[in-house]
Amino acid sequence: MSEVLLRPKGSIDIMVEAEVINPDIFAGKKTSEIEQMIVWQGAKQLPLSEFFDIEGNSGNIAADTKIIIEGDVPRIKHIGHGMKAGEIVIEGSTGMHVGSEMAGGSILVKGNAGSWAGMEMKGGTLHITGNAGDHVGCAYRGSWRGMTGGRIIIDGSAKSQLGGGMSGGEIHVGGSVENFAGIRMNNGLVVVKGDAVRGVGAEMTGGIFVVCGKIKQFSPGFEYANTEKGPKAGETALLGEFAKFTGDFAISRTPKGILYASKDANEEV
Amino acid sequence: MAGTMVIWNGYVFDPLNEIDGEVKDIFIKDGKIVEELTGSGLRDAKMIDAHGKTVMPGGVDSHSHIAGPKVNKGRMMCPEDRYKWVTKKTDLTHSGSGNTVPSVYIQGYDYAKMGYTTVFEAAIPPLEARHTHEEMRSTPILDMGGYLVLGNNWFIMRYLKEGDIEKAAAYAAWMMRTHKAYGIKCVNPAGVENWGWGKNVSSLDEPNIHFGITPREVIHGLAEINEMLGMPMSLHLHANNLGHPGCWETARDSLAVPADVKVENKMDVEWPETKIDPRRTQSVYLAHAQFSSFGGTSWRDFESGAKGIVDYVNKSDHIVIDNGAVPFGPATAMTGDGPAIHDLYMLTGNKWSNTDVELECGSGVLPFNYMKANPVHSVEWAMGLELLLLVNDPWKTIMTTDHPNGGPFTKYPQVITWLMSEKARDATFAECHKWAQDRSSLGGADREMTLYEIAILTRANPARTVGIAHRKGHLGAGADGDVTIYDFDPTKFDVNDYAKITLGFQNAAYTIKDGGVVAQNGEIVSVPNGRTFFSEPHMDDGVEKEMLKDVKEWFKYYTMGFANYPVPDKYIRNPAPVQVNKPLEAIVGR
Repeated sequence: MSEVLLRPKGSIDIMVEAEVINPDIFAGKKTSEIEQMIVWQGAKQLPLSEFFDIEGNSGNIAADTKIIIEGDVPRIKHIGHGMKAGEIVIEGSTGMHVGSEMAGGSILVKGNAGSWAGMEMKGGTLHITGNAGDHVGCAYRGSWRGMTGGRIIIDGSAKSQLGGGMSGGEIHVGGSVENFAGIRMNNGLVVVKGDAVRGVGAEMTGGIFVVCGKIKQFSPGFEYANTEKGPKAGETALLGEFAKFTGDFAISRTPKGILYASKDANEEV
Repeated sequence: MAGTMVIWNGYVFDPLNEIDGEVKDIFIKDGKIVEELTGSGLRDAKMIDAHGKTVMPGGVDSHSHIAGPKVNKGRMMCPEDRYKWVTKKTDLTHSGSGNTVPSVYIQGYDYAKMGYTTVFEAAIPPLEARHTHEEMRSTPILDMGGYLVLGNNWFIMRYLKEGDIEKAAAYAAWMMRTHKAYGIKCVNPAGVENWGWGKNVSSLDEPNIHFGITPREVIHGLAEINEMLGMPMSLHLHANNLGHPGCWETARDSLAVPADVKVENKMDVEWPETKIDPRRTQSVYLAHAQFSSFGGTSWRDFESGAKGIVDYVNKSDHIVIDNGAVPFGPATAMTGDGPAIHDLYMLTGNKWSNTDVELECGSGVLPFNYMKANPVHSVEWAMGLELLLLVNDPWKTIMTTDHPNGGPFTKYPQVITWLMSEKARDATFAECHKWAQDRSSLGGADREMTLYEIAILTRANPARTVGIAHRKGHLGAGADGDVTIYDFDPTKFDVNDYAKITLGFQNAAYTIKDGGVVAQNGEIVSVPNGRTFFSEPHMDDGVEKEMLKDVKEWFKYYTMGFANYPVPDKYIRNPAPVQVNKPLEAIVGR
């Protein structure tokens, strides 16, 4: 696989919108062409070389192209936006919208990611080794058509509205989530190893949501079904006893959403 | 625009002058169509070669929601309708965004690119007239006007109930002048008032709460008022019970109500000598008939009721309808019919908004998506086309999508394609739910509209119906210099190659407004400011004084002061008032 190295230059004040950092766009381009690719910073259009030293070669096709960002880029947004193939490795933290609308390939973030990671994702893999912000794999403002496919893995924790409007794919969170995770979810799978604050699965009509830790404030529209030992959520086998709920009856008379909550951590339910 | 222009050698389609594809030159001088140009006027004219192309009058849309608070609510509540549809600014044009409810600038540009030069906003709530005018003023290029919503107005309902039709007419006349509106609109008559109490009316003869007036009385009363004043347009009706299975019967019965009202057009304008009378002949204009043609008794046995409406329209001479087509895809339902939007919310669970406009009317907004896989949506698609294809006389029909209710106006080219090509309809039948075929009669329709008929449905008839044909919708001397040139050679036109029809109507080769080119092959090339049409009807001074006394007394029910009620002149950039029912003395004295 051919590699393109992007070394961040100094610090950035106004955030940069860099959806050009995408194997589909880099493929078949010379380094000098990549350097001249345009990114927006506020109202200004600037070449990519303004923010990165660029080395290496891209492959002829996206699937043969690996982009390595050597360092933290927390003020760069939209890396890998809409990518269909290839690989991106970020050796640090990144800004908002990493892997938004991505349809294939893989992104590895060796650090934290801003909000909207994997927004409306269709396919591929997005792995964040640190923490993520709000709206991971979520629908954009106003819409309830969220993630439809692919896989998001977060080793750390995420904030609110993870998997909002999700209708396919999987999200695995090693740590905890905050409010309204899985809101309006209608299909797909979310597994949270840690805790959730409140509103888990609010208005969900389908899909499976698993919380292995404690749910601080349980959503009111769910009905207890039964208790299962080591249930299987998709391909994932869960350890321990789980209380299984159906919901959310607040939005539908016949909801098919399933919520598993760890029995140990949630004794009161 | 000063100067002269010759559009030469094109195939001209000008139905009001019964010109059906003749090769003709069109001459424009100082923004108006003229018989001919001579001397320096001809020598220095801008020459536009229309050889092998189709020439029509500029498009006229008689029913579209593109200005006012509910349109803006549709913009605000749907960021998902915006962020993937953004248009950058150019040296000439403004930036903007939006798909089903674009920003005002984009509306102007997109209409112009399709060859439209005149658009009427379908509903102005009187209290929100200022906002509506602000948006119309900010819409580039287009000449505009709007219809004032009066079907649930407390003053009108009270006067009509008391049988005081003269005062009701005086009130309507004063309201037109006060709010600078072009015609009278009536939305779910007597029903929206009940919505204030969480109710609706269920039949034409059910009296509403407090006022005790029935939809039938409101429709007849407003139609009478309309003709007493001699308004440019007939009563513009959004029928009761809209959007419910079986509503076609209510709509048909509503259309029968004003059948006995004599049509009187008392506009003080110079009428052109067109072959076909440019004055309207209808006493009622049924808006978005598709939404009022639902058959069946529930969503399970839902079917097209279009045939019932079509049969009635075919045998009546006092009706014009627009179809309100459903071209599939995202739409935004927005209407003055608050309860109808609530029902749509109960059905879909989508986000929605509802507003009560005190003493006057209401409104609601709800984003909607019409899907080919959905049985009901597929029948609605078929119904929208049935209503135009099965009415024999094209002068009784107008093409719209009730933008953005059935779909955005940018889908007009697609709707025109279905009207012109049976093959295009068959292709869509193959993609959509079989109910479209089984529960409508569209499959049996083999009519394919001609360019001449399309010119009737998209310019000549909308212009005549709303009473603007003295200057729009035809290419006779004296008309505004609004001309559209489409890149179709009618002698080589192949309706089976239907993708080309859509493309051709999407981007006019030239859109000419007031004698200047505004759009060329999908590019905006100049951005003039449009004018605002409004009616200034007059009634007997004595009756008006009496009426105003009542209005001032009843104004205590408003939360706003009387002095702040009217729309000030500064809200209108290029006013184009039309005097209506002006006392004879005044006309002679000028």
